[in-house]
Amino acid sequence: MALDPAYLDYPHRHKGMDHGLYRWSNIFDRPAITWPDSRRVLTWVVIDLEWFPITPTDKPFRAPGHMQTSYPDYRHYTARDYGNRVGIYRLLDALTKVGARASVAANGAIAERYPELMRDIVDAGHEIIAHSTDMNGTIATGIGEAEERALIVDTLDSLERAAGARPKGWLSIARSQSFDTPRLLAEAGLGYMCDWVNDDLPYRMETPAGAIINLPLNHELSDRQILTVQQQSIDSYCEQMRDAFAWLDAESARHGGRILPLNITPYIMGLPYRIAAFEQLLAWLAAQPGHGFARGDEIVGWAGAQIG
Amino acid sequence: MREGEGDPGLYPYSPYRGRPKLEWPGGKKVAVWISPNLEFYELDPPANPHRKSWAKPHPDVVGYAHRDYANRVGHWRMAEMMEKHGFKGSVSLSVALCQHVPEVVEHANALGWEFFSHGIYNTRYSYGMDEVQERAIIEDSIRTVREATGQTIKGWLAPALTHTPRTLDLIAEYGLTYTCDLYHDDQPGPVAVRSGTLISMPYSLEVNDHYGFFIYNMSPRDYAETLIRHYDRLAAEGAESGTVMCIPLHSYLIGQPHRIGAFERVLQHIVDDGRAWITRSGDIADHYLAQRSKTAEI
Repeated sequence: MALDPAYLDYPHRHKGMDHGLYRWSNIFDRPAITWPDSRRVLTWVVIDLEWFPITPTDKPFRAPGHMQTSYPDYRHYTARDYGNRVGIYRLLDALTKVGARASVAANGAIAERYPELMRDIVDAGHEIIAHSTDMNGTIATGIGEAEERALIVDTLDSLERAAGARPKGWLSIARSQSFDTPRLLAEAGLGYMCDWVNDDLPYRMETPAGAIINLPLNHELSDRQILTVQQQSIDSYCEQMRDAFAWLDAESARHGGRILPLNITPYIMGLPYRIAAFEQLLAWLAAQPGHGFARGDEIVGWAGAQIG
Repeated sequence: MREGEGDPGLYPYSPYRGRPKLEWPGGKKVAVWISPNLEFYELDPPANPHRKSWAKPHPDVVGYAHRDYANRVGHWRMAEMMEKHGFKGSVSLSVALCQHVPEVVEHANALGWEFFSHGIYNTRYSYGMDEVQERAIIEDSIRTVREATGQTIKGWLAPALTHTPRTLDLIAEYGLTYTCDLYHDDQPGPVAVRSGTLISMPYSLEVNDHYGFFIYNMSPRDYAETLIRHYDRLAAEGAESGTVMCIPLHSYLIGQPHRIGAFERVLQHIVDDGRAWITRSGDIADHYLAQRSKTAEI
């Protein structure tokens, strides 16, 4: 018994990455990035605004947070929709209190179903970024290029109709992509995506359809990861965010501007027993010297010229 | 090992109570070593019939990118902190990192870190290999690390902890002196092999950052507190027995901005305590083997 001899062939074993999407780079060796007004750390709030059909699909995979019981799963359908009715408004108010503008990663279905919510978000100065069609719109290898392209374009069309502007950014459901995704996003005219969690700063990827910026949305710092997956308390979550800020702020003194990405989910963070602690976290961040809140398109705009 | 038997015969049973004391240099009580796993994972590795590499169809963007964070961000952050507090790493190395990101390997080598092999890639598993294939990855490991760093590896941590029944015999035959794959003790001890000499080096899954954060779902501060308690106990017992504590790390985990600050308290605690021989795994193995041969002569 032996493995196929090809298992000991290493065709990509050479300097650099084992693919052509981006080049390796040490964050501490890059020219320091500066943010406007001498700010050192920018908190980038990204709110996932999601609509889960009560009829889930498993192709290519079932989205995190999707239906779990036999049909009809009222408990998850409604608990998720709570985020779109109540939770999001608590979050919007919390952002307003500290004067923060955020990126809202919305399903196209949110625009189709809840145009008044879209207007409230846009009127408050937040950016809409694209987050697929609805929570059945997962992407992974096997979806097929034509279907994936249509999914991207449909999402952008829906969001543009409701928000009045075509989104510049993209966040995949579960940050899951196919091998085609970066190229199809660039082809669709998107300027940045958030899926690759391999860095603390934006960097440029190359695709056959042109370049696209990856603005990493650290999943480890997300409310889903810390509160739902790891089942830690909201107080621990807030402490971890303050610790992350403190570390990044200290690092910025020697290495230039940093980003603290807060990926927030309305049906997770927007609950009555959590929101007050989150409001206090935002207020604490707002009070830190050298701190600012920024939208993804602003960060990409400021960083774009500096990252070559 | 005794292939197919219920007791694989890896080592003789030896109760903790009543063993001769292990003496560490300078009268220290506990030998502490940090094992950064410096790894490279492939985006689209070939399938091993015995174990899937990624949970999702390739590309598993989060799985891959999370680990790629290590070589872009995490390693540099973790290494600087270790150096600040005087800890040299004993690297569990995916040896293909020497080709892909030689900057990380050269950096660690320049800091005086030791390297042992963790296979070619952490996406290539030993399950199903025949002897010729397994010899090939061992020889590749020895050659690659020697060419990249000038060091001759002394230890082995199987790639993604995948073994064959002959792994331990083979690494001993090639002159390696320790394995990090056995978790039966807080002290080094002999391992039964066909030829040569092999000892088990206490590594740890229990206080591995991966277990801390993803099996036990600890917060960063809880993990730090766990390491401090683990250390305090082994240092106390070490006054009578001579213990080993390993802190196995992955910089894509410990090097995250919400975790690295809490971890610094652990290093500060160990340094301030003063009972630790802060060292490398190969130095522990050398010291243990020299002590054992001296005892045998008596």
